Amino acid sequence: MSKTTSFLMSSVGRKMIMALSGLFLCSFLVVHLYINLFLFKSDYGVEFDAYSHFMATYPLIRPIEIVLFLGFLLHAIVGIWLWLMNRRARPVKYEVLKASENSALSSRIMWVTGIVVAAFLVVHINSFFITSRFLTPERSMFVIVREVFRNPWYDAFYVVALGFLAYHLKHGFQSAFQTFGLRGTRYQRLIDLVAMIFWLLIPIGFAAMPLYFLWAY
Amino acid sequence: MTLDAKIPSGPIEKKWDTHRFNIKLVNAANKRKYTVIVVGTGLAGASAAASLGELGYNVISLCYHESPRRAHSIAAQGGINAPKNYTNDGDSIYRLFYDTLKGGDYRAREANVYRLAQVSGNIIDQCVAQGVPFGREYGGLLDNRSFGGAQVSRTFYARGQTGQQLLLGAYSALSRQIDAGKVKFYPRREMLDLIVSDGQARGIVARDLVGGDLEVYLAHAVVLATGGYANTFYLSTMAKASNATAIWRAYKRGALFANPCFTQIHPTCIPQSGPYQSKLTLMSESLRNDGRIWVPKKKGDDRNPGDIPEAERDYYLERLYPSFGNLVPRDVASRRAKEMCDNGFGVGPTKLAVYLDFADAINRNGKKWIQEKYGNLFDMYHEITAEDPYKTPMRIYPAVHYTMGGLWVDYNLMSTIPGLYVIGEANFSDHGANRLGASALMQGLADGYFILPYTIGDYLATAAFKPMQDADKAVKEARDATQARIARLLAVKGKRTPDDFHKALGQIMWNNVGMGRNKKRLTEAIKQIVALREEFWRDVNVVGGPNDFNSELERAGRIADFLELGELLARDALHRNESCGGHFREEYQTEDGEAKRDDKKFAYVAAWGYAGEGKTPVLHKEPLTFEYVKPSQRSYK
Amino acid sequence: MNFTLKIWRQKSRTDEGKLVTYTVRDISPDASFLEMLDILNETLVRRGEEPVAFDHDCREGICGSCGLMIEGRAHGPHRGSATCELRMRSFEDDDTITVEPWRARPFPIIKDLVVDRTAFDRIMAAGGYVSVKTGQAPDANAIPVPKHCAEKAMDAAVCIGCGACVATCPNGSAMLFVAAKVSQLALLPQGHAERKERVGRMLAQMDAEGFGACSNTYACEAECPKQISVEHIARLNREFIRAKVS
Repeated sequence: MSKTTSFLMSSVGRKMIMALSGLFLCSFLVVHLYINLFLFKSDYGVEFDAYSHFMATYPLIRPIEIVLFLGFLLHAIVGIWLWLMNRRARPVKYEVLKASENSALSSRIMWVTGIVVAAFLVVHINSFFITSRFLTPERSMFVIVREVFRNPWYDAFYVVALGFLAYHLKHGFQSAFQTFGLRGTRYQRLIDLVAMIFWLLIPIGFAAMPLYFLWAY
Repeated sequence: MTLDAKIPSGPIEKKWDTHRFNIKLVNAANKRKYTVIVVGTGLAGASAAASLGELGYNVISLCYHESPRRAHSIAAQGGINAPKNYTNDGDSIYRLFYDTLKGGDYRAREANVYRLAQVSGNIIDQCVAQGVPFGREYGGLLDNRSFGGAQVSRTFYARGQTGQQLLLGAYSALSRQIDAGKVKFYPRREMLDLIVSDGQARGIVARDLVGGDLEVYLAHAVVLATGGYANTFYLSTMAKASNATAIWRAYKRGALFANPCFTQIHPTCIPQSGPYQSKLTLMSESLRNDGRIWVPKKKGDDRNPGDIPEAERDYYLERLYPSFGNLVPRDVASRRAKEMCDNGFGVGPTKLAVYLDFADAINRNGKKWIQEKYGNLFDMYHEITAEDPYKTPMRIYPAVHYTMGGLWVDYNLMSTIPGLYVIGEANFSDHGANRLGASALMQGLADGYFILPYTIGDYLATAAFKPMQDADKAVKEARDATQARIARLLAVKGKRTPDDFHKALGQIMWNNVGMGRNKKRLTEAIKQIVALREEFWRDVNVVGGPNDFNSELERAGRIADFLELGELLARDALHRNESCGGHFREEYQTEDGEAKRDDKKFAYVAAWGYAGEGKTPVLHKEPLTFEYVKPSQRSYK
Repeated sequence: MNFTLKIWRQKSRTDEGKLVTYTVRDISPDASFLEMLDILNETLVRRGEEPVAFDHDCREGICGSCGLMIEGRAHGPHRGSATCELRMRSFEDDDTITVEPWRARPFPIIKDLVVDRTAFDRIMAAGGYVSVKTGQAPDANAIPVPKHCAEKAMDAAVCIGCGACVATCPNGSAMLFVAAKVSQLALLPQGHAERKERVGRMLAQMDAEGFGACSNTYACEAECPKQISVEHIARLNREFIRAKVS
């Protein structure tokens, strides 16, 4: 067996793919948030729209989008694969199980938070990406965002879904580093700090946007 | 029968080398034509099976556990001796030889003990190479600690789990041979009989403990590494299922049982707390390095230990043995503790305990230092008793812990049945009447790694073997006998549980054949055991069937054997009219209460032969001669 | 103390099992959990019923034989101890205690609370050793091992192979068990010659046995009777990367 196949065939190898794809998706979150922060700039969305235009038209972005999409797909597929494998490992469940005594809830419901995040992504991509890229590419992105976020029901869903994302990242981010074997080393503190930025600050940043348009704008 | 120990001639330090040169070898290409059965996977069994597999023999290994790693060797805490002299305190092979022989109260063979000391250094090398994480110093080299009965630091240790680490090392070597296909391993199999054909041990009958099938394993030689028989006493530090069935079946097939009365009582166990208690827990005697043993000077003093001022405490070991103090050998420490309690100085709710106090060591070196050294033992004590030993002294009491006696073997570790080898605690060979601390691990591994793999070749190379089949008369006879015995156990359908009988036997043994023995009580004990055994076969209730996972049936079979072995143990104790090591006959003691040996009459190995159902066993004597170490009264003063 | 016990009874590997309720009375708080079961079994045998089968041997927390799911916790509510070390004083009087066997596909039930953990032995046989024959070893002090490495190796080596990590892991993963051995031998120079092969083979065997994958819930560390750290899983992962990528 070649190194690559044996890597992929191993449960640990698959975990590493999960970790790698997860971190890759996290890096996208940073870029996404950075651009979105321009929504808060008091320029009626001029700069934000400029970035949006750049993202929509610059030729290099397209392949990146495809890679990103494949990254999502890979993360989801390998995740489901592992989930099935893990379910199979315990065909008969315990009558009494006190899991809360030994592990964090976030670590045990990754599949739930993952599904909610995926559902959120579908709605999110439909509201913004499909609308701006295919349906009405001529409209200002800023205006689209403002319109969508004026709907309080949508905002509520959005904020709750971000809560799930935060919970997903709370376990996922540090877990990825454990998978790479970096936790428990001298990087531990650094990882915990960066993890905090990811699971707490980034979702708060995103959640601030609908609330801003609902109440403050 | 005259017993020939086959001790090689020549000066003691050359005997083993000469012997290794003189014995016959099996050609490397021929080794695969021989099959050896190894029963048991503790230190001796696992190391032997692995080493034989490495040499190229076909090995069948089995144990009653689900995994080799669960054997009771795993519970040894303290350490393993080797005269490496890494501490530069004057240790040598000769000194280890001397200490072990003297510690055994001159009831072991000089040649065996010397060989044990000789190969013990190799054991440490072997284990380190396997990845056993022994304790180390900051420079990265191995650390040593001192242990009871020795004045040098020669004990290697892995925290308080030395037995576990050594067993896992041997288990890893065994696993490697299983992986290589040289060892076939069968878990959850209990040996129930030995197959002897034309006077040779050629196989065993074992029961598959899951499905209950009786299975036959055939081979050219059989190695028993099934441990000791301390569970005859019911309460001991042995694992619950540790049993004597394999050696007892071999005894009934003609192997001699040597020195059954040499049992060791370990001084530092946690006292019993109630009648429901199923076993006793030992704490490593390394605790005696830093703990001080005392009792109140006033009888029946009920004050808290902390309220008893220094002047009203009796540090009796330090008082009686100024040079060894708390580090006297186990038999001495145990007997003195019992004596203190018998005389009314005992402490704790049952008054069957003495204090082991760390206050001085904590004051001297700090709590952290103690924690590093003994943390796990302190935690264990706290866990069991709900008392914090950092604040209040531990309470300890002796418990049966090891059996020096076992099947008689010659210098080659072969029993009186050709082709039947016995190694580790199951044989009687090296510890005499008392075993020193950190020597059991040493002997188990010496036998398994470095002695048996050589000596067994001599037998295989020289003996003639006729082909064996399942249909042979000897095989059929052994299997039928086993089946009949199981059926008989199940057919009694009485009222008392097997455990009931075991507890009753334990009571008899502990009260009469325990630390202090005398003629009257021993005679009484024999009567009681015989009566109890008769009652067992009349009134035991074994539930469940033969073809099932049936732990009651397993237990009942083992207890039936203990009920016979207990009698032999008492008989041996009764016949030995002297005190030596762990065998203390109250009639034979010096004025200050030390064991009084009788070298004129009893400098021999008492090897008992089975004479048939209901008949008195026959005593054979192997005289012990001492050319190098002149027996003297042991003194630890 | 009095207790109501709900114990999983199952006649054999293929039979259906169910929880059966028993009561035990006048149990000393100092009795161990297994001694409490002994008392129950003696009562059952006296009534002519089959006792509850459970694995046990050393009863001092080192052989790894015992292992029960007690009220939803592997080895019961007390951390850092095996079932045999658990004392009844850890419970309240009149508590109802559910007792189940370890549940994982690679640990089939043999009877009642006894499971077959030989999968662990097969993992160990797939490279959980240093290939050194008897007699091949150099002098013990020829290989210095820094104290902190030896200590860390020992932290991993204390594994008793009880299977609590698998039992408690929501995924039935054996990573902590495998990691303990891989990590021990990776920390010691003696283990270095075979480190790449070892981690690959042991993990492949673990997967082949049907254990789940680790999802870093760290439940294993919390319930391990020897409190082996998941740090060793991290080291196993590093060993894996070293073996497959470098």
